[in-house]
Amino acid sequence: MKRIGIDVGGTNTDAVLVSEGRIEAAVKVPTTADVTAGILAAMRMLRGQTGDAHQVGAVMIGTTHFTNAVVQHRDLAVVAAVRIGAPATTALPPFCDWPEELARLVAGGTWIVEGGHDYDGRRFMPLNLDQVRRAAREIRTREIRDVAVTAMFSPLDPSHEDMVAEILREEIPRVSVTCSHWLGGIGLLPRENAALLNASLVPLARRTVDAFARAMAESGLDAPLYITQNDGTVAVASYAAALPVFGFASGPTNSMRGGAYLSKLEDAIVADVGGTTTDFGHLQAGFPRQANSIVQVGGVRTLFRMPDLVSIGLGGGSLVHPDRMTVGPQSVGFRLTEEAVVFGGSTLTATDVAVAAGLVEIGDRRKVAHLPPALIKGVLDRAHAMIEVHADRIKTRAGDVVLLAVGGGSFLIPDRLQGVSRVVRVEHGGCANAVGAAIAQVSGEVDQVFQGIDRPEAISRARTLAEQRAVDAGADVRDLTLVEAEDIPIAYLPGHALRVRVKVVGNIAVGSEEPSGDRHDSR
Amino acid sequence: MRDLNGDDIEALAVGAWILGTGGGGSPYHGLINMRRLYRQGTRVFLMDAQALEDDDDVAVVSNMGAPLVSQERLVDSRLTARAVELMQEYLGRRFRGVMSIEIGGGNSIQPLMAAAHLGIPVIDADAMGRAYPEAQMTTFAVGNLAPAPLTSVDPRGNEVVVTRAADWKWVERTSRKICTEFGSVAATCKAPRRGIEVKRWAIHGTTTKAIRLGRAVMGANRRHDDPIDVILEAERGKRLFAGKVIEVERRTTEGFLRGSVSIEGERRDRIQINFQNEWVVVWRDGAPLATTPELICVLDSDTGEAIGTEMVRYGQRVTVIVLPAPEIFLTPRGLELVGPRAFGYDIDFRSAFAS
Repeated sequence: MKRIGIDVGGTNTDAVLVSEGRIEAAVKVPTTADVTAGILAAMRMLRGQTGDAHQVGAVMIGTTHFTNAVVQHRDLAVVAAVRIGAPATTALPPFCDWPEELARLVAGGTWIVEGGHDYDGRRFMPLNLDQVRRAAREIRTREIRDVAVTAMFSPLDPSHEDMVAEILREEIPRVSVTCSHWLGGIGLLPRENAALLNASLVPLARRTVDAFARAMAESGLDAPLYITQNDGTVAVASYAAALPVFGFASGPTNSMRGGAYLSKLEDAIVADVGGTTTDFGHLQAGFPRQANSIVQVGGVRTLFRMPDLVSIGLGGGSLVHPDRMTVGPQSVGFRLTEEAVVFGGSTLTATDVAVAAGLVEIGDRRKVAHLPPALIKGVLDRAHAMIEVHADRIKTRAGDVVLLAVGGGSFLIPDRLQGVSRVVRVEHGGCANAVGAAIAQVSGEVDQVFQGIDRPEAISRARTLAEQRAVDAGADVRDLTLVEAEDIPIAYLPGHALRVRVKVVGNIAVGSEEPSGDRHDSR
Repeated sequence: MRDLNGDDIEALAVGAWILGTGGGGSPYHGLINMRRLYRQGTRVFLMDAQALEDDDDVAVVSNMGAPLVSQERLVDSRLTARAVELMQEYLGRRFRGVMSIEIGGGNSIQPLMAAAHLGIPVIDADAMGRAYPEAQMTTFAVGNLAPAPLTSVDPRGNEVVVTRAADWKWVERTSRKICTEFGSVAATCKAPRRGIEVKRWAIHGTTTKAIRLGRAVMGANRRHDDPIDVILEAERGKRLFAGKVIEVERRTTEGFLRGSVSIEGERRDRIQINFQNEWVVVWRDGAPLATTPELICVLDSDTGEAIGTEMVRYGQRVTVIVLPAPEIFLTPRGLELVGPRAFGYDIDFRSAFAS
């Protein structure tokens, strides 16, 4: 089956056509403000290289749009937070550990109602339906349409979250609800934070995914659309639009997966140099190493599976400050081809310096011929030092490692680096992110506490649940593999309490355009 | 008496987590409770244990239960204060100050939360000098002090007073049972202490010590110094081993998290650490390198941040250090309660600092 992988970054939109494991075409165009035009341009160029687009079986798109929205505080919806857990939890209300500025933008009010469960599945308190109705009506009066619902121990028993979501849908026209148990495991605050961020991004995610779909249609493609996820897999577009936080780190993840695929390397440090940032990650057995604990997104503590990454403000579009001999963290972003000196602009960027040094041929080299050699050397030395330090930070042990250089700005990475045995570059490395998207599978994950059943039974139940989630996200039910099963006994709980994490992956289901469980509409 | 500022409390959370020696629960919820209270203008004072009068009454607080449950129930400063109030109501006397039963982990912040609501100072002392898994593993038990009464409260308005207990083991058993019924988490006020008992039996200056430790680590990270060097220097500790976690095995028995972790060094040499909620014994080639009651801390080699027994995982780069134990636990009665045999290891305590 032919697949198209597209990565919409802050600077560039990359697209590849992959057929039978071969890269048949790869293109790179500037990202446009409305996203769609960039994708259309990329699709046109792809078609120019390959001709017919008819046999494409799937299109997978990855985007940093949602993370950027959080980090840059734009396009975020105001969110009402409904928490189920009173009279407990009230000392630490929703948004209590958010950065103040972001909370001011997003927090549309908090309601803590009686209800929730305990670790052993008993009810903590009966759900107080009067309080829920009152909260729903107040939210309606405030004209808030995006709501995050978080109940105590909902990963064990989601029923109170589901009941509240139902009431909110009854009371508030066109409401969009995010339930915390869709997103994360035990840990009320980080799970709630994930739900709040998610709710805040749903309107943007819907618009973005709609724009993707329109771009597909305008390109004459009639293939199912998938959106790439943090763990290097994909989900059907409607599922992804309801759960944008699962796509937060898909850009760097795709680069790492694509880099692994192109280089056949299973273990390596990956440096993905984009237009604005460089992301360092660690490939282990072909997959990005996962961050084990709390992950901060825009200063918000969240808890869902993300790759372990170190990011710095260095990329092809990074601004050069000639007087200070520094580079970044500001970047011209997707305006590189208008503002960079080699393209006739007036802003000196890292790309201009690299062109002047002969590291890459982009734009018009004569336009940077006037740059003094001392400046070129100073800026490149500075960039190399930044790369060296951060490549070391992502390592798990001392000693030299292989560094895989990918991304459109990888010309900034020198061939020799301290602590690196060799720097590997691959054909199509500039589009590794799009390749990673094109080769992705579908996954389902569970992180839940089980009580009163033995270990094999607990793992088996978790697996069944994970498989259902994978199928909901678009996986082929006949083709699911267990890739991870981890169980952690829990201290100070009577009986046999076991926390189980399970992940399954499978190939995308072919032919089923709208897979069974669209999470957003499911009850 | 000194005024604790916001930075002190941030540092306390970092230092207390290290003194948790692998357990004790995260201080994070306590920390955000305190941040919120400080933002509202509350201030907490720290009082030297020696400044107590002999017949002053001191409340001893702790949050009891499974750290995992607290992650969902969250921590509420008012509940800790309520446990202390209930004790005052039962005793018919008011407390001069409030101290923690254990400085290691989340319980380090408990007295600050009670103090914030009750307007009394925090006494700069605790009864463990670290974290331990059981209530009788305290200096107060070493001193054979009265184990009861104890108050236990939950957020739904359930309140229990354990008026008498035959011994420390019994107060642990009955209060644990109550805690389980409450949902495996409860705010408790332990047996109150007289000023003279605190002066004679508590471990003094441990809140200050945790703050100092936290400041050292935070300062080192800011300056890009090696935080572990700074910890060892500040607390006269010893570096035992550095390497990568290559194996983790865990099981729950009798409500405790038990297991072991293997760490491999640069030269392929290995150590193994057994834990029961906290790190208990470090082994090399079948011989103990360090044991409780000395403080075994497993730290992230880069950041100096403590790594707990619940979170330790394959591939982490860690440095194992040992810090000196309070003298009182090195007595025969102390070793009986918190030495290796108290955790089921048939070995004698031998100081890691002896070699």
